Amino acid sequence: MNGNVLVITSGKGGVGKTTTTANLGTALAMMGKRVVMVDTDIGLRNLDVVMGLENRIVFDIVDVVSGHCKLKQALIKDKRFEGLYLLPAAQTKEKTAVSPSQMKRLSEELKQEYDYVLVDCPAGIEQGFRNAVAGADDALVVATPEVSSVRDADRIIGLLEAAGLTRARLIINRIRPKMVRRGDMMDIEDITEVLAINLIGVVPEDEIIVVSTNRGEPAVTEYTSRAGEAYRRVARRLLGEEVPFMALEYNEGIFYKFRKMLGMAAR
Amino acid sequence: MAIWDLFSKLLGRDRSSKVAKERLRLVLVHDRSNTATVDVLNELKEDLIKVISEYMEIDENALEVSFSNSDNSVALVANIPVIGMRRAVGK
Repeated sequence: MNGNVLVITSGKGGVGKTTTTANLGTALAMMGKRVVMVDTDIGLRNLDVVMGLENRIVFDIVDVVSGHCKLKQALIKDKRFEGLYLLPAAQTKEKTAVSPSQMKRLSEELKQEYDYVLVDCPAGIEQGFRNAVAGADDALVVATPEVSSVRDADRIIGLLEAAGLTRARLIINRIRPKMVRRGDMMDIEDITEVLAINLIGVVPEDEIIVVSTNRGEPAVTEYTSRAGEAYRRVARRLLGEEVPFMALEYNEGIFYKFRKMLGMAAR
Repeated sequence: MAIWDLFSKLLGRDRSSKVAKERLRLVLVHDRSNTATVDVLNELKEDLIKVISEYMEIDENALEVSFSNSDNSVALVANIPVIGMRRAVGK
């Protein structure tokens, strides 16, 4: 088997890389794929708590690459979803505890066993980033509709290209349709036009994400979650399916229609 | 133009998303020109020399190409010393 190593990155912190990794990993496993999620944020690991697997960590990625344990010993099997595994980051080490060449070897090994290797990249463009992209076949760039996030995404896209990852695709996260309609948030076209990159997902702001992170249960398992639905669609697109983008309209109401008539609504 | 946009214009304010996009466009020109400067400017220099040399003789070593930033625009500035004109071949 020869799987796909996908790095999930953004440049800026706090835009949803870890949430995206957890949800896509879970969604792909629910679709019958064998998936391993790798947390490369050494020193600031979080994928374990987002997945609710923090109590099951024995060994971590640094133990694996330094030969302190076997790869199989460090992988945590998620009992809720068949075929889903987590390789946690080390919490007490430095980013330099793993090198890009070690990461490349690890990715090669993992893709023999799994259909998808999802690499959760740390914020920033230093060694943590270089490690995360070292073994990647493809990249997903997460950005929120804010100037700072889009700017950092642009920088990251440039660095990915320099690393040979020229087919990076964009996930716009935490978009707020109401604000877009008012003209107070950049819309999908604004962002894709500025970044000149293919779009693979648009995830609306959703309170359920906070709730599911509180519980350690990814939102894709929640069928009423709009963000969960958006992530399920991204997962299907990763599998090569053509899936329409979710309509971001909701309950327009008569007042909106009136404003639209007057031309007061953005679109 | 929609009525709301007209109001905004009268009040002298653009929609904040428009402001965001415009600021981004400028900052990205600046960012990209900084990160790509060496490669891009060198390639551009070679191309410029090639094209301009067809028309006039220039001092290749003194040729300077750089970006210049002002408040709301980025300009490409080229300083190309001319040594002499080629005789017009004229058609």
